[in-house]
Amino acid sequence: MTWLRWILLALVAGLFGLFAYMLTQPKDEFVESAMVGKPMPAFDLPAAVADRPGLSSADLADGQPKLLNVFASWCVPCAAEAPNLARLEASGANIVAVAIRDRPEDVAAFLAAYGNPFSRIGKDDISAVQLSIGSSGVPETFVIDGRGVIRYQHIGDIRDSDVSVLLAELREAGA
Amino acid sequence: MIAEFGLAALWMAAALAGLQMLAGFASLRGEDEEALGTLVGRSRLSVLRAVKAALSRGDGDDILAALVRPAAVLQALLCALSFAALLLLFIRTDLSVALVAQNSHSAKPFIFKLAGTWGNHEGSMLLWVTVMALAGGLIGLLERRLPERTMLATLAAQAFVGLGFYAFLLISSNPFERLPEPAAEGMGLNPLLQDMGLAFHPPTLYFGYVGLSIAFSFAVGALLTRQVTPDFAKVMRPWVLGAWIFLTLGITAGSYWAYYELGWGGWWFWDPVENASLMPWLAATALLHSASVLASRDALRAWTVMLGVVAFSMSMIGTFLVRSGILTSVHAFAVDPERGTFILALLALYIGGALLLFAVRAGTISEGERFSVMSREGALVVNNVALSAILGIVLLGTLYPLLTEAFGVRVSVGPPYFNPVGAIFFLPMLAVLCVGPLLRWRRDSFERIRKPVVAVAVVALAVLAGVYFAAGIALLPLLGMTMAAAVAVASVMPLRGRSLRRLPLPVWGMVIAHFGMAVGLFGMAADSAFSREKLVAAQVGETVEDGPWRVTLVAVEPVAGPNWTALEATLHASYQGGAPHVVHPQARSFWTPPQETSEAALLTRWNGQLYTVIGGEAEGGRWQLRLWWKPFVTWIWYGGILIGFGGLLALIGRLAGDLRRRSAQAQIALRKGPAA
Repeated sequence: MTWLRWILLALVAGLFGLFAYMLTQPKDEFVESAMVGKPMPAFDLPAAVADRPGLSSADLADGQPKLLNVFASWCVPCAAEAPNLARLEASGANIVAVAIRDRPEDVAAFLAAYGNPFSRIGKDDISAVQLSIGSSGVPETFVIDGRGVIRYQHIGDIRDSDVSVLLAELREAGA
Repeated sequence: MIAEFGLAALWMAAALAGLQMLAGFASLRGEDEEALGTLVGRSRLSVLRAVKAALSRGDGDDILAALVRPAAVLQALLCALSFAALLLLFIRTDLSVALVAQNSHSAKPFIFKLAGTWGNHEGSMLLWVTVMALAGGLIGLLERRLPERTMLATLAAQAFVGLGFYAFLLISSNPFERLPEPAAEGMGLNPLLQDMGLAFHPPTLYFGYVGLSIAFSFAVGALLTRQVTPDFAKVMRPWVLGAWIFLTLGITAGSYWAYYELGWGGWWFWDPVENASLMPWLAATALLHSASVLASRDALRAWTVMLGVVAFSMSMIGTFLVRSGILTSVHAFAVDPERGTFILALLALYIGGALLLFAVRAGTISEGERFSVMSREGALVVNNVALSAILGIVLLGTLYPLLTEAFGVRVSVGPPYFNPVGAIFFLPMLAVLCVGPLLRWRRDSFERIRKPVVAVAVVALAVLAGVYFAAGIALLPLLGMTMAAAVAVASVMPLRGRSLRRLPLPVWGMVIAHFGMAVGLFGMAADSAFSREKLVAAQVGETVEDGPWRVTLVAVEPVAGPNWTALEATLHASYQGGAPHVVHPQARSFWTPPQETSEAALLTRWNGQLYTVIGGEAEGGRWQLRLWWKPFVTWIWYGGILIGFGGLLALIGRLAGDLRRRSAQAQIALRKGPAA
C-alpha cells in the first residue's frame, strides 16, 4: 500500500504543476473553428436585404476566393469594423456576408449608416450556417478559397492591422 | 479611522496566529518534531527549536503550551473586530475606501450594502479568516477531550492554515486600502448579486469550507501526535457535521438561485463553480460516515484521517479554480493571476504538506478493529468508496478541460458525462443505503434483515414496473424514481419496533436526511422526465398551452425599480381550467453597472412549478415568452432542506450528549472534591 500513497502524492504534484502551468498561460476566450481547412457545409440562405442577392454554398465555390463576414445590425463591433471592410473591398476583395438573427429593415438601416461592402448577404435567422461553420459570435470573418474550402478564420472586429493579414490570406487562397 | 483600525486589528490577529503556530508546534517533542520537519521544512524547524530554546528555561515548554489557547481566543476577537470594521465601512458607504467604492453604491438598499461586504474577493477572504479564527478560538476555549499535546498540535495547524490566508489578505488583497481621493459615487454591486438568496449563499458555503478546515487541523494534529482514536472522531464530528449542514444548505440555495435568477430553467449545470461546491460536500459526506465508524467502532482510522485532509483540499481546490479564473464559468469572480498564484502556493503548502505527512505517518497508524463485510461498517465502507468514486468523477470532469487545454484542445464536459458516469456509482450506493442502517455493527446476517429488505425490493420493483408502463421515460429518470421510492421506504425502516420518543436525536437525523435524499432524487427524476417547455412569440391577448396550464399574455408594460427599469408581462395562468393566477415575469435592465437580467416569475403548486420568462420583443408586436411546466421540481430543494435538517438534528443530539457528559463529569469532580 506504500507505493499507492506515493502515486497519489505524485498525482497531486502533477495536478499542481498543471495548475501552475495554466496560470502562466495567457487567457484566450476565443474558440477557434474546427472547420478551418474543410469545405463549406451546403446551405442556401435567402436574401437579407432587397438590393443584394442571398448566399448559398455554391456561390462560394465559383473559382474566386472570397471573404465571408458574419455580422448583425445589433452588433456594435460590427459597426466598428465597417471602415476596414470598406478598405478591404477597395483593395479588391470580394466580400459576402451572413446576417445573424436580424430583421431586413434593421440590416438595411445598418448598411445605409455604415456602408455596404457586400456583394451578397444571406439571412441566417437561427444561426444555422453560423454554427455549421464553427463561428461562435459576431463579427467573424472567414477566408474561403475558390473551391469553397475555409482557409482562415478571423475572430472579432477587423482592426487596422488585420487588413493586410486578411488580404495576404486572401491572395494565398487564390494561389 | 475605521479602516486603519480594521487593518491594525487584522495585522495583530495575524501576529497572534504566528505566535499560536510557533508555540503550538514548539511544544511538540521528539519524534513528533521529525514529522513536523517534513511538513514545514527543515529550516523552519530550526527556527522552532531556537524559539523553544530561548523560552525553555525551566518550565519553558509549559509556558509555550500555555500561550496557545489564549492566543487562539485573542486572535478570534481581533479578527472579528476587523471584520466588524469592514461591515461598518460598507454600512456607511465610506467611499474613501477602494473596496467600498468599487463594490457599493449610496443608493443601494441597506441589506445589499451589508451583503456587499462579502460580495467581493477581499471581503469574502476576510469573512473566511474571521470564521476560521472564531472556530479556532472556540476550540481553544472549550475543547478539552483530546490529549493536550494533540490539541496544541491541532491549534497550531489551524494557525498555520490561517496564516496563509492572513498573508493573502495583507499582502495581495488588502480590504482596507484607501483611495488617494474619495470617490464621488460607488460603482455598484453586480445586479445579479442583488438578491436575498445570493447575499447569503456565499457565506453559507464559507462556513462549510471553514468547518472542513477545522476537520483538517484535527486530522493534522492527530497525525502529528499519532492519536487517531475514537475520541478524535468524536471531537471532529460536530465540526464536520456543522460544515456539512452549511454546505448542504449552501448548495441547495445556490441551485435554487441559479434556477430562478438565471432564467434558464435548469437547477444544476455541472458548471465548474457548482462542482467546486459539490466536491467538498461529497468528501464531507464520506467523512461524516467514516467518522461515525471511527467514533463507534475504532475502525477506518487512516481512511478517516485521509478524508479529513481530502475534504479541506477539495474546498481549497474549489476556491482556487473559482478565484484564479483558470476555468471559464458563468460565476467569474474578478479574476487575477496574482491571486491565483497565491492560492496555488497555499494549496501546495497545505495539501502537499498534509498528504506528505500522511504518506509518512499512515504506515504507523493501524487500521483498527476488524469487521465483516455484512455489517454496518461494511455498508459504510461501500458508501465511502462510492462517494469517493463520484468525487473522483466530478474532479476529473471539472479538470479535464484544463488538461486538454494544456495540449491546445478545447473541450467542455457536461451532463452527458457527469449524469451517466456518476449514476454508475450513485445508484448502487443508494441500494446499499437502503440496507446499511438496518445492519448491526461488526457482524450481521442477511436472515435478520430479510423482511424489511424484501419489502423495500417489492416497492422498488412495483414503482419500476408502474412508471415504465405508465410513462415510458428514459432510463436514468426511471432508475432515479425507482431508487427514490426504495430509499424513501428504507429510510424509515430503522424506526421499526423502536420507541419513537426514546429514539436518540442522531438516529432521527439519519432517518430524515436519508428520506430527504429520496425526496430530492424524486424531484430530479420527475423534472428531467416530465418537464414541458414552450417557447412562443405571443401577441397580447393570446393564450398558450403548456402541459396542464393555459397561460394568457394579458399585458406588457414598462416598470421602474430603485436602480433598474424593466419590461413586465402580466400573465394569467390557470391549472387544468381552474381560476387564473396572475404572474409578472420581468426583463430587467440595470444601469450601475449596465446589465440585463431576466426575472422569472414562478407559480408554485405542491406538485411542481410553472416557470415563466419574458424575453425581448419579436416581430409584429409579439413578445418572446418562455414557459416551463416542471412537475415536482421543488422537491429537489425540499429534499436538500430535509437533508440539512437531518444533519441539524444529529448535531443537536451530539452537542447535547457532550453537554450531558460535561455536567456529569463536573458533578463527579465536585463529589470527589470534598473527600480529597
